[in-house]
Amino acid sequence: MEQTQDKTTMVVFSGDLDKAIASFIIATGAAAMGKQVTMFFTFWGLNVLRRDEYVNVEKSFLDKMFGKMLPRGPEKLGISNMNYGGLGAKMMKYTMKKKNIASLKELIEVAQDLDVKMVACTMSMDVLGITKEELIDGLDYAGVASYLADADESKINLFI
Amino acid sequence: MNVKQTLDTKGLSCPMPIVKTKKAMDTLDSGDILEVQATDKGAVNDLSAWSKSSGHELLEHKEEDGVFKFWIQKG
Repeated sequence: MEQTQDKTTMVVFSGDLDKAIASFIIATGAAAMGKQVTMFFTFWGLNVLRRDEYVNVEKSFLDKMFGKMLPRGPEKLGISNMNYGGLGAKMMKYTMKKKNIASLKELIEVAQDLDVKMVACTMSMDVLGITKEELIDGLDYAGVASYLADADESKINLFI
Repeated sequence: MNVKQTLDTKGLSCPMPIVKTKKAMDTLDSGDILEVQATDKGAVNDLSAWSKSSGHELLEHKEEDGVFKFWIQKG
């Protein structure tokens, strides 16, 4: 039987670890249910897609400052509650590992493996001074119209 | 029951059991039966919902010594 090919779309606005985990659980779950999934990363959500290593690119002073202050990738994100300067995030990651729950990094790999379309918002990249070189491979780059076109064909649409 | 493949997702948490089930199901042919073993407490509801929305049939499920077993026929 044909699997239903309706779409699921999601705006990932938050750069909090817990919210990013929730968004990737929903995205990978939807993909496992045969949906075409688009995740649109904007503002702080872009931090989820940053490479964890420092990438040397030509930037203005302000953009460099932003780059330094914002977390680089899934391992550096804080949680939205009880973060306590990163201690909360560490505890959360520790307990998740102990209970055999997939980490955000693993969930991103699963999402890529299931062909979840991940789109980086180019306007937010400009605002935060983040370049393509600093983001992980396999992303699409687009703006609101591209997101809305996908959302228009979705039954499930979330803002996280 | 003529089980074509058995998938062990014991110890894995949401969403991995359905992700692995999907992957395994993709390799099977229509009519084949996949046995899935899971310990995730949400698995009964999740695999029922997954089967329904993915167009497969959950033939039977039961719990044995804390392990949930499912037999799903590919649609």
